[in-house]
Amino acid sequence: MKDKTFSSSQEALHDLRDGISLMSGGFGLCGIPENSIDEIARQGIRDIHAISNNIGNSGRGLAILLKNGQISRATCSYVGGNPDLEQQMLAGQVEVTLVPQGTFSERIRAAGMGIRGFYTPTGYGTLVAEGKEAKEFDKPCILELPLHADFAIIKAERGDAFGNLWFKETARNFSPLMGMAAKVTIVEVEELVPLGAIPAEDIHLPGIFVQRIYQGSNYRNDIEIPVYAD
Amino acid sequence: MSESSTPRGWTREEMADEIIALIPSGASLNLGIGMPTLIAERMDPAKSVVIHSENGVLGVKGRPTRATVSPTLINAGKETISVQAGASFFDSALSFGMIRGGHIDFCVLGGMEVDVQGNLANWMVPGKKVTGMGGAMDLVNGARQIIIMQSHFSRGGECKLLAECRLPLTGRGVVHRVITELGMFVPTGTAFRVEKLAPGITMAELGIVPELLV
Repeated sequence: MKDKTFSSSQEALHDLRDGISLMSGGFGLCGIPENSIDEIARQGIRDIHAISNNIGNSGRGLAILLKNGQISRATCSYVGGNPDLEQQMLAGQVEVTLVPQGTFSERIRAAGMGIRGFYTPTGYGTLVAEGKEAKEFDKPCILELPLHADFAIIKAERGDAFGNLWFKETARNFSPLMGMAAKVTIVEVEELVPLGAIPAEDIHLPGIFVQRIYQGSNYRNDIEIPVYAD
Repeated sequence: MSESSTPRGWTREEMADEIIALIPSGASLNLGIGMPTLIAERMDPAKSVVIHSENGVLGVKGRPTRATVSPTLINAGKETISVQAGASFFDSALSFGMIRGGHIDFCVLGGMEVDVQGNLANWMVPGKKVTGMGGAMDLVNGARQIIIMQSHFSRGGECKLLAECRLPLTGRGVVHRVITELGMFVPTGTAFRVEKLAPGITMAELGIVPELLV
């Protein structure tokens, strides 16, 4: 099977440029591609259209790129907990499109799966429905279209050289969907494993969707809101 | 005006327990960010209610200990959680498929405004505050029963149960029940039916005009 490994984040992200659309996996800070985000901050590319559920949180994750002024457009579902985004949105520095989270994930899935559109009741009768075709089924629905991107940066717990991926716990979230939807999917992993090390039945995203993969390092894996029973 | 110095009615824990009493054994339940997460902490495991969190987990069980905490195991409020035996993890599209597909029996969400038609607003205050809708618009159109758990009055002291929502809506005609610290209410289309009042609370304290109460 084709070897898609790169030796570093710098090599794996060598062809990013100003003005790209960029999907980034993660829910809050859970499962975010830390190394790729750090590399994009280092490169300093600008005018990014970021597509991510939260666009970072608490000053971390994609909020690093927000603070650098590298993001000009954002498509996301939730701004709460991200003061950098709320501030830049209200100041008109970043153009934000809010998408209901289920519609957001399904639009990304649709892009990867070749679905040209779908009807959903979500958002009917709200601001989200403005300008969209409506159709009556058992209840009124609106037409939503797929969401594509030039690049996706995602993180998996384990992956092999072909790009077969396995995600840990709730770190999976949007990552396998984004991996299917982008033209170029760049994966960083906690652990790069030999082919066959992940049982074939347990692969969460088959490697056919992945173009590049590299061994990540120095993960912070920040917990945003620690709550304990003890 | 509500008096924050002399809290009236139910505590948040008592509100959570009132909601838990509504959920039958064996049901599936999604919990929104904030107050509703208390329900996961207070749910009796013997009741066999399976708790869903839209970030991709079915089988939430309260909080981890300092020894078992995992940075990759959180709920939709980004708080650390633990899971029960039989739990499963999945991606966000499958998670919202569970919701949109009608596989989740109950959903408890926070609210900013609810009106007599069962309209809900809970995602933005124009010009002031934008949190985003997150999964709320999908949940209110997908889960079979929607329960709103909210404070009765806004910080400005205005009643949050209205004849008609003024804020941008999350969903139309979607709310089945509202629980506040003062009582439990059902929007009927033209009024709120008072199902229950917290101990010591009178109808006059609700801040709702009599025409909107049945």
